[in-house]
Formats: sequence, structure tokens, C-alpha cells
Amino acid sequence: MIFIVTLFCGILFGAGMALSGMTDTAKVVGFLDLTGAWDPTLMFVMGGGLMVTLPFFQFGLPRMSKPILGESFRIPLAQIIDRRLVLGAAIFGTGWGIYGYCPGPAIASLAYGQIGSFIFVILMILGMCTTDLIVKTVNSHQAKLALGREEPT
Amino acid sequence: MDLLQFAPALIGGILIGLSAACLMYFVGHIAGISGITFSAVIAPKANFWSIVFILGVIMGAALLHRVLNIPLPSDQGSLTSLSLGAFLVGMGTRLGSGCTSGHGICGLARLSPRSLVATLTFMGCAIITVFIRLHILA
Repeated sequence: MIFIVTLFCGILFGAGMALSGMTDTAKVVGFLDLTGAWDPTLMFVMGGGLMVTLPFFQFGLPRMSKPILGESFRIPLAQIIDRRLVLGAAIFGTGWGIYGYCPGPAIASLAYGQIGSFIFVILMILGMCTTDLIVKTVNSHQAKLALGREEPT
Repeated sequence: MDLLQFAPALIGGILIGLSAACLMYFVGHIAGISGITFSAVIAPKANFWSIVFILGVIMGAALLHRVLNIPLPSDQGSLTSLSLGAFLVGMGTRLGSGCTSGHGICGLARLSPRSLVATLTFMGCAIITVFIRLHILA
């Protein structure tokens, strides 16, 4: 049952991606091109999304002790605004500005059967895995430093 | 300006928001596509729901184009920009723990200061990148 509901949520997401214009790089770049021929379309996408999620997360969610079907709420626990967050967001934004796809539209566009989408998704995943490996290596190094087992470089 | 032209974008956004709200309400997960994609790749058995969600996303997009007869967007940009863009998006979303759906739609709804900083940062960098691409390099 939970997988049927999850699938349905995915379908809503994909349909939203396609309808909103997020999968159209011309529309995305048009929105990001503030000084050029500005296309405000994407503003309405985020606005529409927040119209639903903001009331839900602020008023609906606090009234619940657990999700209807799932075991528990998986909410991110991190609070600190650190360099990784800012650097990661900066790198992500740059990548988004270079081509016009962020992860959501990239995944959704696989439906179009265009080779470009497949290449994008594969390279995106490669970027994720490479970074994960680097981060884990750095974390491990930092942990060893803290424990006094390694000389600082 | 004819506001009606923005109706598909608004409705699309509402659908995305509904998806995120439903995923949290029923299943308990944040609808952050970058995290969902990564978890599906790194641990598919433990995160089977991620695979199901992604399948749904692809199905939903296919359905919508079929039902509403929306023309497919034409392939944009060179292979170089696609490759570089893709790798940086992957890198940045992993390092920054999220993307437009995770930070922008869910994180802001949670009034998360981390998500606010992330969203402002990636928006800003995207805008600057496009400016450099279209108005300085072109």
C-alpha cells in the first residue's frame, strides 16, 4: 500500500514538473536571466508549491505524531549553516545555470526518451557519488585528526 | 501582462507541492529529488521507496505530455554544457544536501534557516551564471 501511495506521489511530482515548465531549459534560463528578457514563469512554480507545503508543514504536520502509513517522519536534523552547505549550493546553482536542469526536471525528462536526459542523469549521479566519496574521505581524515591519530597536513 | 499564461506554472507548482505534502503525510519522507535519487543509487534495496517514487516521476511526466498533448521541449544546449551542468548539479546537491525541491519547496516550508541560505545561494549563483553565459561570454 505504501508503495502505491509513493508511486502516486511521484506521479504528481512528475506531472507537476512537466506542466510547470521546469523541464524546459528555455523557460528556466529565461527566469534566471534577470537582466535580459525576463520570464517570471518559474516564480509561479515555486509560489504554487509553497502555497501547499507551507501550510502543511507549519499547521498540518505538527498535529501528527507519525505519518499515516510510514513508521516515522524523516526530517533533516542538521541545524548549522556551514561551509559545505553554502559551497554545495553555490556549485549546484552554477551547474543549474550552465544547462538549465536541476535534479527534478532531469529525472522527469527521462520520460521524453531523449538521449540528453540520460546523459545528464548519469553524469549527475556520477557527480553525486564522486562528491560523496570525497566528503567521506575528508570526514574520516578529520575524525582521525580529532582523535590524534594523524598529523595535520 | 496576461496572468493566465502563468496558470500551467502555478498549477504545476501546486502539483509539486501536493506531491511533497502527500509524501510526508503518508510516507514520512522529504520530497528532495537529489537525495531520493542518490539513496536509490547507493542503497536500492533499503530505499526501494525511492525507486518507486522516481518511477512515478517519470510516469507522471509521460502521462501529462500524453494527456495534454504538450510538445516535448527541444533539446537545449551543447553536450559540453550538459555534461558540465550535470556533474556540477550532482556535486553541489550532494555537498549542499539538497536541491530546488528539497530546499526550495520543502525546506522553506519548514522555515529552515539552512534551506533559506541554500536557496538564496543556489538561486544567486544560477542567476550570475546565466548572466555570465548570456551577456558576457556570448
